[in-house]
Amino acid sequence: MAFGSVKNVRKVFSSGELKSSGDEPVVALDNASFEFEQGELISFLGPSGCGKTTLLRIIAGLIPKTSGSLQIGGRDISEPLGDYGFVFQSPSLMHWRSVVDNVLFPMEILRRRDAAAQRRAAELLDLVGLSAFSKARPHQLSGGMQQRVALCRALIHQPALLLMDEPFGALDELTRLEMNDLLLRIRRETGATVLFVTHSISEAVYLSDKVLVFSKRPARVAREIAVDLGYPRGQQVRFLPAFTALERSASEALGVIPPGAEPRDGLR
Amino acid sequence: MKRNLSRIGYPLAGITLILVVWVLICWLGNLPTVVLPTPDKVVRAFVARFDILFSEGWITFKETIYGFLLAMVIGLPMAVAIANSRPLNLMFYPLLVALQSVPKVALAPIVMIWLGTGIESKLAIVWLVAFFPIIVDTTAGLRSTPRELLELAHSLRATPMQIFLKVQFPAALPFVLTGAKVAMTLAVIGAVIGEFVSSSEGLGFLLLSATSQLDTPLAFAALFALSLLGVFSYLLVEAVEMLVADWLPPMPEKH
Repeated sequence: MAFGSVKNVRKVFSSGELKSSGDEPVVALDNASFEFEQGELISFLGPSGCGKTTLLRIIAGLIPKTSGSLQIGGRDISEPLGDYGFVFQSPSLMHWRSVVDNVLFPMEILRRRDAAAQRRAAELLDLVGLSAFSKARPHQLSGGMQQRVALCRALIHQPALLLMDEPFGALDELTRLEMNDLLLRIRRETGATVLFVTHSISEAVYLSDKVLVFSKRPARVAREIAVDLGYPRGQQVRFLPAFTALERSASEALGVIPPGAEPRDGLR
Repeated sequence: MKRNLSRIGYPLAGITLILVVWVLICWLGNLPTVVLPTPDKVVRAFVARFDILFSEGWITFKETIYGFLLAMVIGLPMAVAIANSRPLNLMFYPLLVALQSVPKVALAPIVMIWLGTGIESKLAIVWLVAFFPIIVDTTAGLRSTPRELLELAHSLRATPMQIFLKVQFPAALPFVLTGAKVAMTLAVIGAVIGEFVSSSEGLGFLLLSATSQLDTPLAFAALFALSLLGVFSYLLVEAVEMLVADWLPPMPEKH
């Protein structure tokens, strides 16, 4: 049996759960199914508002599913297991804490802030190249550096699952490439299992073992693309024909291009 | 250096201008002291009656601070309750906002009937005026906690107490302090209102009795003492703010 299994998960937001009143119930997620193994990196790729973030929140146990089954490591998920790392689109650091105290926040909540935790925080900050900034305040760092702190915070308690919700979406292209490589390195060194929400086709292909392409609302898994490019990966894999073929396949599944379109089809 | 000079120079120039206009009005209008004393008479009254100004000021200051603290002690837990409970919020928040527009001065005579003319009624009036900004701002602060931080805490199965102490309250602290500053300036006004309505001590009482005896220089001196008291109370809140500066959001970069 797979480490994580999502079967026919469906989410309907009733009008009461929605912010604007008087709306019809919204089907945010329809029969999403997939499986993943320990140590895999799975991307959820899809248009904005397609429900991929909703699926991530359901997997985190933050919101209840309407129907379907959801198991991770043999446990049914209906509420947070306390065993996740979460990285959001914005760094969401606490401005009143230093960098290292931000990283240690999960350990405080789990009541495990001890010497070992301190050591691990220092190691993680070293891993992301921020040792020199451990006493700094978040606002003294650039956006990319803040997101690296958020990454350390997500990893400090050695979570079974790392959930990332468009974590690099707000960064500039070059910083984003750097962060992609950093994430791959961290995964290699920590063996973390990662679920990664993104709307960048090339980011999804570059990072993942498997890309799940979501259709527009109601979201369902339109295509599952296995990325057999092997690891470690460097930026040069982007120029392999196999990489381009995978990007093309994802683009077709998203409806960006019609299947089998020639370079100038439909253009004048 | 030049900037520092202008920072002190311009306010000084403004004060001088006002003093000159004041003196000119007294001279040219040939106004009697009872109507408008010249600045030097006010200063003389302030120095000569400093002992009474200080002792009455101390009473007003105590009313202000105690009433303010009372408003904090009652307002903060109530704000926490309202921010965290949807039923409580729906029940009381609109009511509180509506009550905020009631002129509290109008309540002062009723408070006197209930609590008498001693310090209790002054504390009640100060509490009334200081309570609303504290509870409204604190509630707003607690409710504006970034959603991501709350989700992070929930994903770690944080207890409600942990969420409050480690996430909600520190995030709301700037709002609490803003509310406290408004509350403190209102608290001074509340104390004087209380003394005006019925009292036998305090700067408000001194001001009333001075004007009734046509001792206008003393009334002006009392007014001056009141503004000093207001500034001093405000600075106390600012001092607390500096103590907890670590928890405040960073100032925007200066250019």
